Amino acid sequence: MTDNLNGKGLALIPRAETKQSLKDFKSDQEVRWCPGCGDYAILAAVQSFLPELGLKRENIVFVSGIGCSSRFPYYLNTYGMHSIHGRAPAIATGLAASRPDLSVWVITGDGDALSIGGNHLIHALRRNVNLNILLFNNRIYGLTKGQYSPTSEIGKITKSTPMGSLDKPFNPVSLALGAEASFVARTIDSDRKHLQSVLRQAAEHRGASLVEIYQNCNIFNDGAFDTLKDPSTRDEITIRLEHGQPIVFGTGDNERAVRLSPTGGVEVVRRAEVADSEILVHDAHNPDPSVAFALSRLDEPAFEHVPIGVFRSVDRPSYDQLMNEQVQTATADKGPGDLAELLHGGDTWTIR
Amino acid sequence: MTKQVQQLDRVIIRFAGDSGDGMQLTGDRFTAETAQFGNDLSTLPNFPAEIRAPAGTLPGVSSFQLHFADHDILTPGDAPNVLVAMNPAALKANLADLPRGADIIANTDEFTKRNLAKVGYDANPLEDDSLKEWRLHAVPLTSLTVRALEGFDISKKDAERAKNMFALGLLSWLYNRPTEGTIKFLETKFARKPEIAKANIAAFQAGWNYGETTESFSVSYEVKPATLPPGTYRNISGNQALAYGLIAASVQAKLPLFLGSYPITPASDILHELSKHKRFGVRTFQAEDEIAGVGAALGAAFGGSLGVTTTSGPGIALKSETIGLAVATELPLIIVDVQRAGPSTGMPTKTEQTDLLIAMFGRNGESPVPVLAAATPSDCFTMAIEAARIALKYRTPVMLLSDGYLANGSEPWRIPEISELPDISVPFATEPNGDDGTTYLPFKRDPETLARPWAVPGTPGLEHRIGGIEKADGAGNISYDPDNHDRMVRLRQAKIDGIDVPDLTVDDPDGDARVLVLGWGSTYGPIAAAVRRARAAGHKVAQAHLRHLNPLPANTGEVLRSYDKVLLPEINLGQLAMLLRARYLVDVISYNRVRGLPFKAAELAAVIQDVIESD
Repeated sequence: MTDNLNGKGLALIPRAETKQSLKDFKSDQEVRWCPGCGDYAILAAVQSFLPELGLKRENIVFVSGIGCSSRFPYYLNTYGMHSIHGRAPAIATGLAASRPDLSVWVITGDGDALSIGGNHLIHALRRNVNLNILLFNNRIYGLTKGQYSPTSEIGKITKSTPMGSLDKPFNPVSLALGAEASFVARTIDSDRKHLQSVLRQAAEHRGASLVEIYQNCNIFNDGAFDTLKDPSTRDEITIRLEHGQPIVFGTGDNERAVRLSPTGGVEVVRRAEVADSEILVHDAHNPDPSVAFALSRLDEPAFEHVPIGVFRSVDRPSYDQLMNEQVQTATADKGPGDLAELLHGGDTWTIR
Repeated sequence: MTKQVQQLDRVIIRFAGDSGDGMQLTGDRFTAETAQFGNDLSTLPNFPAEIRAPAGTLPGVSSFQLHFADHDILTPGDAPNVLVAMNPAALKANLADLPRGADIIANTDEFTKRNLAKVGYDANPLEDDSLKEWRLHAVPLTSLTVRALEGFDISKKDAERAKNMFALGLLSWLYNRPTEGTIKFLETKFARKPEIAKANIAAFQAGWNYGETTESFSVSYEVKPATLPPGTYRNISGNQALAYGLIAASVQAKLPLFLGSYPITPASDILHELSKHKRFGVRTFQAEDEIAGVGAALGAAFGGSLGVTTTSGPGIALKSETIGLAVATELPLIIVDVQRAGPSTGMPTKTEQTDLLIAMFGRNGESPVPVLAAATPSDCFTMAIEAARIALKYRTPVMLLSDGYLANGSEPWRIPEISELPDISVPFATEPNGDDGTTYLPFKRDPETLARPWAVPGTPGLEHRIGGIEKADGAGNISYDPDNHDRMVRLRQAKIDGIDVPDLTVDDPDGDARVLVLGWGSTYGPIAAAVRRARAAGHKVAQAHLRHLNPLPANTGEVLRSYDKVLLPEINLGQLAMLLRARYLVDVISYNRVRGLPFKAAELAAVIQDVIESD
C-alpha cells in the first residue's frame, strides 16, 4: 500500500533553514493589474502566507496559463512559468509528477481553467496530481476586455452577448467534486484570514487541491460578489463550512441551518424550526462526495446562499507517489536498467 | 523422398490474409527466423486502420512483406516472389503486385462461394485457369490444420485459428528456416494455455512436414546468410529503435526520461515500449490529449527531465502552441512525429513524408525548430540520441521525423557498444551569472552556442520566471521593447542556424557523376537500391541523403550546385524541393508519389535513367 502523505503533505519538500519573510517572496517586477483589482489582495495574501509554510523558496513553483490572474508568477520570487492558455494544469502535471520535492501551484482563472483548459483541469483532479490549483473566478473575461465567461450568469450582457448570454454557467466547486478531486474549497479575495486559512490547508494537502477564489474584476464585472462582502447582507448568505461543525448561518431571527433533504440533497431551513440532531454536521473527510456536491449546489439560484470553506479533503495517493512507486517496484524487481543488456535483449546473432 | 534444394540470392515473400488471420504475427515470426539465420532483410507490414474490418472483404486484408537475401539489401522489395493468400480477398488485393511466374500459395478452404462473392469473383480463380501464368499451390490450409490438431483438447475455432502457424511451418520448410525460435516463442506466448501452445507448435510442425511430403512442392530453397560487417545483430523496427534510442539518450544524458504521449497510429508502439522500461527511471504519462502530452513533457523538462512527446501528424497540429512555448522558454524537448498519410485523419496506417513543412514552420511567429529525420528503421536509434543531443546542448525543442514505413518496418541492426554512444550530458546552472555575482539572468546566452542556462527548480538563488511573453535579452523579464524583440527573434534564429550539423556526404564511386539523387528520411532504402540498379545498368549517378533538415548541413548548397541535375524523390508534393529552391536557388527536379506506400526501387531506377538521359 502507498504510504499516504495526507496531513503531512509537505513532508517531501525541503524546509527552509532560516525564517523567511514576505520580502523574500516578492519579485522585483512591477505589478501591472488594474488599480482596484481583486488580484492584488490575493497576491498580498499569498506573499504573506508562503513564508509561514517554511518551505525552501527554490522548491516552490508557480505555473499559470493566460489571463489577468496568470501574470501572478512574475510577482513572486520563486520558480515560475507563465505558460499558454488553459494548459497550466497539463504542464504542471509533468513537473509535479517528475518532482515530488516541489510545491507546485497553478494560478488560473474561470476562462483559462473552465473554457479552454477544462479538459486538463478535470484530468489533473481525477489523477490527484500534487498541485494546488487556485482558480480566480471573476465570472468575466478580463484580459480580452469583457466577454462573458463559463461562470457568467445566464443572460449576461457583454460585448459578445448584447442580447444576453445563453450558456448555463459551471459551478467550479461542483465540477471539481464531480471529477472526484480530493481537496475542494472556496474562498473570497476580500477575506484575507479565510483565504489564508484555506490556502494553508490546500498547501498541506498532498494531491490535487482546487481552491475557487471569488475575485472582483472592478473594470468588467464590478460588484459580482458584493452581497458576500457587504456587512448588511454578508452574514445572511454566507455559509461558513467547518469540518465537524453543524452547518448554521445567518443572524438573529434569520438564523438558518442546513439539513439533508428527503430528495437526496441538502436544504436550508429556519434554525428555530429544526432540532439540533437534524442539522447536518459538515464532514469534509467523507469519502463519498455526494453531500459535498449537494452543499455546492446551495448557491443555486442566484447566490441565495453561498457556502465557503473546505468542501472536501480526503486521503488519496498522489499521482507522483504512484508513478514513483512503479519506477521503484520495477527497479526492485529486476535491478536498475542496464543499457547494454536492453540493447542485446531478444534474439541476436553474431557475425565474426 | 529427397527433394531438390535450389540456391537463391534473395526472396520476397508476402503473407496476406484477413485482419484476424494473424498475418502480422506470421510475418514477424518468419522475420525472426530469417534474422536468426543471418540473412539481411527488410520488412513492410501493411494493414488496415480498422481493428477487424468485416471478415473476408478487401478493406480487411492485412499483409506482411519480407525481403531477405545473402547480401545487403535496402528495401522490402518491389514485387513478391511468393504470395501466401489466406482467402480470396487476399488474392484479389495483392495479385496486381505479383509478377508472372511468381508462386501463389492459396488456402483453398476459404475459397467458398460466399467468400468469392464478397470480393466480386464470379468463378473460383483457383479453378478457372485465370492464374495459369503464376505457379499456383492450392493447399487446404484450414482443414489440414484442423486434421493435424484432432487429438488436442481445444475448440474447433482454436484449431482453425492455428492455420497461420501451419502456413508458417510450410514456408519455413520451403526456405529452410530454423524452427527452434518459433517453437520457443509459441511456448512463451501461450505459457498460460499449454494446450494452445502445443496445438500451435503441432500446426507449425505439420506445415513443415506437409511441405516435405506433398508433391505440390517439388523444390525447396536456400538463401545463404549475408556477409554483413562483424558484430552482434538483432532485428529491430523503427519504433522499437526509436524507443531504445530515447532510453539510451536518457542514460547518456544522465537525466530521467519523461514521456508525455497520447495514443495515435503509428506512434503508439513507442509509448508501449517505453512504458516497459521503468527501471531506467523512465516515466510514461498517457495524457488526456495531445496537448497535455507535450505540455507535461515540457513541464518535466522545466524540472530537469529529458522531456519527450511522441505522436503523428494530427497530434503535431494540436501540439503546435506548446512547441512554440518551448521555443520561447528555450527548454530542451523532443517531439517525435511518426508521419502518416494526411490531411486530417488521412490514412492512419499508411506512410508519407508530408509533415516536413509543418515541422519546419507550423507555429505562430518566428519560431525556428531543429528538424531531423531518420533514414532507416535502425537509424531511428541514432537519430533519437542526436535529437536529444541537440535539444540539451542548445536548449531547444527538436522535431524528429519518422514515418509509418520506418515505424513498422524492420531490419537487422548491428548493436552498438555503449562506449560508441556519445556523452550528451549538459550541466544545470548552479550559480548566479550576473555581473554583480548575485543575480541570475535566465536568458544570458553561451556566446558559442547561444544556449541559455538551464536552472531547475530546487536550485537556491536562481529562482526565475519564464513564459511565452517576449523576454528582455539577458534578464528574461517581460519586455515589449521593439528593438529587444527584433534582437530576440534574431537570436533565437541564430541559435538554431548555428547548430553543429555534420556535412552532407556524397556517394559517387566514380567521382564524375553529373546527376545527384538527393533524399531525406525513409526514402533512403528505395533511393539507394535504385541508384545501385542505375549503376549496374552502366549509369553514373551520385547519391546523398539528408538526416538533418534544419539546419541543413553547411555544405548542402555547394553539393547541390556541383551537379548538372539534382533529382529529389519525396513522398509528398515537393516539400523539401521547395525549401531547397528557396534557400539555394537550385532548381531541383522533384519526383513525387503520395500513395501511402514507400517508393519501389524499380520505379526510382526508371526515373533516374530518365533524368540522366533527358536534356
